[in-house]
Amino acid sequence: MKSSTRKIWAATVAGILVAGIGIASNPAVAAARKTTINFFTFTAVPDHMKDLQAMVAAFEKKNPTIHVNIQSASYAEYFTKLKTRVAGNQTPDTFELNYENFVTYASAGTLLNLNTASARDHSFKKTAYYGKAYDVFAQGGKQYGVPSSFSTVVLFYNKDLFKAAGVATPNSSWDWSDEAAAAAQLKAKLPEGTYADFQPTQFWEFYKVLGQAGGQFLSADKKSATFNKQPGINALNWLIGKTTAGYTPTKAQMGTLGDDAMFKAGKLAMYHSGIWLFDSFKAVPFGWDIAVEPGGVTPGNHFFANAVVASAKTKYPYAAWKWAQFMTSDPAAVKIRLAAAWEIPAVSDKKALSGYLSKTPPANRAAVFEALKNPIVPPVIRQQNEMQDSVNSWLEKALSGSVSVTEALNSAAKDVNAILAKE
Amino acid sequence: MIRPKQGRTALLFIAPSFIPLLMFFVIPMISAGVISFTEWDLLTPPRWVGLANFQELIHDQDFLLSLRNTLLFILGYLPLVLILGLSAALALDRKFRGSNALRAAYFLPVITSWVIVALLWKWILNPNGGLVNSLLAQIGIQGPGWWTSKSWSMASVIIPSAWKDMGYVMLLLLAGLQSIPPEYKEAAAIDGASKRQILLKITLPLLTPALFFVLVISLINNFQVFDQIWVMTQGGPEGSTSVVVQQIVKNSFDYGHMGYASAMSMVLFVIIMLITGIQLRLQKRWVNYE
Repeated sequence: MKSSTRKIWAATVAGILVAGIGIASNPAVAAARKTTINFFTFTAVPDHMKDLQAMVAAFEKKNPTIHVNIQSASYAEYFTKLKTRVAGNQTPDTFELNYENFVTYASAGTLLNLNTASARDHSFKKTAYYGKAYDVFAQGGKQYGVPSSFSTVVLFYNKDLFKAAGVATPNSSWDWSDEAAAAAQLKAKLPEGTYADFQPTQFWEFYKVLGQAGGQFLSADKKSATFNKQPGINALNWLIGKTTAGYTPTKAQMGTLGDDAMFKAGKLAMYHSGIWLFDSFKAVPFGWDIAVEPGGVTPGNHFFANAVVASAKTKYPYAAWKWAQFMTSDPAAVKIRLAAAWEIPAVSDKKALSGYLSKTPPANRAAVFEALKNPIVPPVIRQQNEMQDSVNSWLEKALSGSVSVTEALNSAAKDVNAILAKE
Repeated sequence: MIRPKQGRTALLFIAPSFIPLLMFFVIPMISAGVISFTEWDLLTPPRWVGLANFQELIHDQDFLLSLRNTLLFILGYLPLVLILGLSAALALDRKFRGSNALRAAYFLPVITSWVIVALLWKWILNPNGGLVNSLLAQIGIQGPGWWTSKSWSMASVIIPSAWKDMGYVMLLLLAGLQSIPPEYKEAAAIDGASKRQILLKITLPLLTPALFFVLVISLINNFQVFDQIWVMTQGGPEGSTSVVVQQIVKNSFDYGHMGYASAMSMVLFVIIMLITGIQLRLQKRWVNYE
């Protein structure tokens, strides 16, 4: 080839390259090449949509080639919509799951194994997460989700009612006997229609109280129910005893009032409920605080966690991972979550969480982290809702006295075993 | 005779209502029929199981209880709504000052959302200080636990349902009453028939086509009772108000047994078809079209 011809070719190639770079660096073209991923949320509804938008804005600034499209549904309809979207092959690229539903989706092969993307991402450190919360979203050595938030249940108490009755307020050294003694004293002094202690007889309380009584809900291999042994009988007697003694109101005594509304109305002296209620009790006209829930033979507290997961069918696994990681553990996202009191981020950085502890009420927020020292994770199987409903129906019968405690537990165990046999 | 061109034009006119009917009724119904022979959790592909879902249904205590509760609901609701609707229709079948306002007032609950009606009736029947129990307490009677009691929960759902629907029944029967030629009643009155005789021998027999329509529609609708149960009791306490459609919803979306839930809906479909068929056959014995 002649040198003049070579020059012409070289100039042409250089021209094409320059034009290519020019086109690529053109903002309009770059925007057109942006990867768009969907994110389906229920925890942001209805109070935290603006906070989520702020997180997305911070993420897109840091990752200009990825656009996150927010889709939302309230908790009541979220899982129905999610299931129909999976069935219709319209699974969102990324979405939220609570631990109770995690096993169902992970076992069905709907979730992306995040190990590949996290191994590629050098900025990722597993230690950034609260260990327990991170580990529960793995199955068979595969990490299917990263924890976004966690929460627990504590013992709320109405300081004014305790003071008026002259009863010492709960503290972290209390166990069941202290709680029962305080409830008996309160009952004797509280006016009619005001109750000493609210703890409902249902699945969510039962498996925790069972743990406090030293029992296990399922066998280690999750093949059979074990809650109908002596600790289970003690646990159920403890729960039902509160209603029969008149400490916890019956459904008829509550009428149309919900339990949180009763506490707000100053009609409950002690109230076992979740830390997500802190904000709604901000303006009540009486003093209140929290303590770690009293244990039985051993301490034990609820551990609820939510995670961000990705669809196994997403076209953009790495973008999905980047968003999941950012939303759950990036300092910018953690800051937004804490400022908005949008549950507690599942991160290990204690300095980041200090802002949460300094807020009041309640004054004793440290009890939240104290509670998480003895976490009891919900018993979770693939047919979770079926198991919950079945156990609840027998607990309800035991509470009404239609069947004995032993009969209820044995029948519930039989039902749960039948469900497990089909897993 | 319709020519092909006319037929095409007719089809075009029918299309706006035929397409939604096809999309939202015919195709889902056929799909449900096919799905009822499968096991499908919505997350993984369906698996053909033949008649297994139907065989399991026969022994499912929850389903049988819900079927029994649905029948119990209809047995309580139907006579009540018919008596209330007929009474209102007879009372309002004449012009007087405020009759139109009264007709509108009776119809108001029909167009009110079940959530609002449930809230209202949960307050009226509140076992703790509700309107009914407070009134009963005034005369020394301790009221029941209503929707919190296993024995009274079904009544707590039936009463609001009849109250809400009586306006609809009234409207249909009122139309039926007004289509009865006045000459019949006038002739009977001239012949010396009393008001009671006119009602029993003239009005009610001539109202039977409207009554038959109300009966068929009410039975079809109320075998599918769901909204009020969901809002007021969620099937409780202890399953005492659990009904078939609630079992279908629970099994399909909560438990992920879409095939099993479809089998339930097929059984319900057959029951409704059979009962409607029986009604159509029996109408010859009591419905007077002339």
